[in-house]
Amino acid sequence: MSKLVLRNLSRRFGSFTAVDAIDLTLQEGEFVSLLGPSGCGKTTTLRMIAGFIPPTGGTIESDGVALSSPDAVTPPERRGMSMIFQSYAIWPNMTVAENVGFGLKLRKLPSEEVHRRTGEILEIVQMGHLAGRYPAELSGGQQQRVALARAIVVKPSVLLLDEPLSNLDANLREEMRFEIRRLHDEFRITTVYVTHDQAEAMVTSDRIAVMNAGKIEQVDAPFALYNRPRTRFVAGFIGRTNFLEARVHGGQLDLGGFALPAGVLNGHTPAAGQSVLLSVRPQSIALAREPGGDALSVPARIVEGAYLGEHWDYLVAPEGAGETKLRVTTLPSQRHQPGEQVWLRFDPDQMVPIA
Amino acid sequence: MLRRLSVIEPATLLWLLLVGALVVLVAWPVAELLVASFTAPRTGAWTLSNYAAAYGRARYVEALFNSLYLGAASAAICAVLAVPMAWACSRTDMPGRGFAWFTVLAAFIIPPYLGAVGWILLAGPNSGWINQAWVWLTGAEESLVNVYTFWGMAIVIALHSYPFIFIFTKSALDLVNSEMEDAANILGAGTWTTTLKITLPLVWPTILAGIILVFLETIALFGTPAIIGIPARINVVTTQLWQFFEHPVRAEVAAAYSMPLLLITAGLIGLQKLMLNRKGYVSQTGKGGERRMIKLGPWRWVLLAWCGFVCLLSVAAPMVALVQASFSRAWGRGFSLDNLTIKNYRYLLFEHDGAALAVVNTFVFSAAAATLAIFIALAIAYVVKRKLLPMGGALAFLCMAPFVIPGIVMAIGFYAAYAGPPLTLYGTAAMMILAFTARFLPIAYANGSAGVQMIHPEMEEAVRILGGGRLTAVKSVVIPLLKKALLGGWLLVFILATRELSAAIFLVGPETRTISVLLYDLSEEGNLEVLSALGGILLVITLVFVGTGMKLIGRDFMLRRGGE
Ligand SMILES: Nc1ncnc2c1ncn2[C@@H]1O[C@H](COP(=O)(O)OP(=O)(O)OP(=O)(O)O)[C@@H](O)[C@H]1O
Ligand SMILES: [Mg+2]
Repeated sequence: MSKLVLRNLSRRFGSFTAVDAIDLTLQEGEFVSLLGPSGCGKTTTLRMIAGFIPPTGGTIESDGVALSSPDAVTPPERRGMSMIFQSYAIWPNMTVAENVGFGLKLRKLPSEEVHRRTGEILEIVQMGHLAGRYPAELSGGQQQRVALARAIVVKPSVLLLDEPLSNLDANLREEMRFEIRRLHDEFRITTVYVTHDQAEAMVTSDRIAVMNAGKIEQVDAPFALYNRPRTRFVAGFIGRTNFLEARVHGGQLDLGGFALPAGVLNGHTPAAGQSVLLSVRPQSIALAREPGGDALSVPARIVEGAYLGEHWDYLVAPEGAGETKLRVTTLPSQRHQPGEQVWLRFDPDQMVPIA
Repeated sequence: MLRRLSVIEPATLLWLLLVGALVVLVAWPVAELLVASFTAPRTGAWTLSNYAAAYGRARYVEALFNSLYLGAASAAICAVLAVPMAWACSRTDMPGRGFAWFTVLAAFIIPPYLGAVGWILLAGPNSGWINQAWVWLTGAEESLVNVYTFWGMAIVIALHSYPFIFIFTKSALDLVNSEMEDAANILGAGTWTTTLKITLPLVWPTILAGIILVFLETIALFGTPAIIGIPARINVVTTQLWQFFEHPVRAEVAAAYSMPLLLITAGLIGLQKLMLNRKGYVSQTGKGGERRMIKLGPWRWVLLAWCGFVCLLSVAAPMVALVQASFSRAWGRGFSLDNLTIKNYRYLLFEHDGAALAVVNTFVFSAAAATLAIFIALAIAYVVKRKLLPMGGALAFLCMAPFVIPGIVMAIGFYAAYAGPPLTLYGTAAMMILAFTARFLPIAYANGSAGVQMIHPEMEEAVRILGGGRLTAVKSVVIPLLKKALLGGWLLVFILATRELSAAIFLVGPETRTISVLLYDLSEEGNLEVLSALGGILLVITLVFVGTGMKLIGRDFMLRRGGE
């Protein structure tokens, strides 16, 4: 059975629709991220799942039991979930151990068990030696670990995280991403993770739900999301891409000045006369100094290049294509001068038609 | 060296001026207080006999304990009154939060001894309104309530002191990130568990700080204990000090007797500072933390009723009683047309031989003291914050010192320092103005330094890089930017000075009586109608100035935390 089901879920604030009829289903033990730009409704969705905000439309179910609907909302304290807040919300008047043990005490567990489980989880997040400290005496990363321990120790049915890493510096953020994934692999808690950082979502998640303006655009595993984006927004938001408008003319895919064989888009060949938008990742296009000798090789000229250490980033203009320019990345060793004649080679597998 | 050669640089002059002012206002009186307590009155020899006299009688020692009990009782009542109100106003969807805030403001601006007069009218034995109503309703022989008791006094004091705890608690609650509460909710804690286990513990140090403040205010209070306690034969430290000043004046014994008050105050303020700074309680901040109001359901009416009850006791009932009495021929006859008169006011303003002068004195002293205090405080705040002069820390310390000195103790210090030769300021306007200035210097300083803090030094540096001197910078940037803050500080000091009693009563002479002193004299005469009318006059003055302040500066100008 599905662990958590959001059905047609909406939330309006006055006349403004912050969350617009979204559907999302999580399986037991699954890790799903809500990814999207600022203000797209991620926090609102998460707080509806937690029960802090009642929906204005749709329902939330867990294990087949309705939790939220516009008429009735189970309060947060009766959902058996836990949550990690953007501000961590570590209680400054309690020690690390007291913070972590709080949820266990609420469950009226015997004090030896509270003590034992608190100790265990603190070891797992590598905070055992700091159990007696007050939060004000901890670094940001350590507070983050306390928040994680406090949320996990109660074995919640669902774990919710709202941009938990946004207050950390870059290095720590990278480390904590893997930490969060490691804890998930260990405990398999069904998790909803809110972030606007795509790398964070890619590292941690089984599936990512990309949100934009209150709607979910696409839900997929990281690999599929990157390689098979279904909407223009998703293709542009996850990684960088080139958009090409294509039209089918007499067996040719007309890309506005240059053409490729229409058959190249395996399985997706549009009907004649139809137009289609293609997303082509910069690293899926190969640059060569010599013509490739087949229909997938297109002459072009280098407009400008930037060296970024891990790769070169070129802007190239296909010949005869007017204003159309493409971004292409190459290995650091492959240098070209502006104005140089090159040949682009497209990989049909990585040209994705999008809605 | 290209140093300018001049005998006295302007900065040095300013420094001398400020140091001089602080010595006159603070250091000298405190030093004289200490010296006097160890000096034999006539011979001037070093002695411990003042201490022996001050603590040699059981009655005097008992007064000390009475003060402590009274402080504890009134602080506890205040907490019970104020904490639910503050929580309701800060964290819940209780209706009428504006009304609750207004109640607190009103209770705060009503001079405490006017509340005492109001409660004498309400709960005096036999004739008090409540007792009359009780007898009429039940046919009972006995009175129901009596204000002339220890608990009567404690409640009346609490009814004007609870705003301190309200302000402390509410401002702390306003700062609690509601994610702190959400975090407890999602782990399974309901509203009440969260409030008791998370929210209140988070603000507990601040509540305790408020309780300490009320305790200190109560043990240093003179007006209410004098008006209620003396007839009730309940002796406390302040009224005992007053008795040492009756003929023959024994100022040295009073000085010795005031030492515990000074030590307790200084000690508790230190403790309070420690508590507020305690490391573990520093509230964590971060992005997020949109505030969620707690939905109370039917409980919101219970809390609103509580606020209404507090409003009735602290503001509505005593003030209605006071105003009614001030317009009555005989207040006990209640509301009726033939009982209505303005003769009490006419008598005070046109016939009484001291009232008009007292009103004028009150205005003059308060305005002069407010101006002086703000000017000195701003100058010191400026040189301290900009680190212009050496030993700025010491200046700031002296400026804040009167905060830990109860007004009544300050007055005894002033008496010891300036009443007799060589200056012989006793009974002069200068004495009153200096004492008021010293008393309210810390408030003025808190205002001034918060203001200066707001002005980024770069704003002045911009003036100076364009060729303006430091003085031009102050005149063209600092003063204009601080206008509001200064005006707010001035009004606050002015309002507090118009009601000042505990210092004034010790320093006043025949020509320098103020409204508050006259009020106290009238209360001894027992003419409650005329007394109420004078209270009415003071109330009108207060309301006019508070209203002006709210209009010019914003409605929070008196109720900001740190204002007192
Ligand atoms: N209580 C509220 N009243 C009115 N509008 C709100 C409220 N809460 C959120 N909104 C609006 O709803 C939209 C979505 O807010 P939400 O907090 O869910 O965004 P988010 O995706 O979490 O953004 P961020 O990445 O910046 O945290 C925003 O435009 C916000 O202004
Ligand atoms: Mg958010």
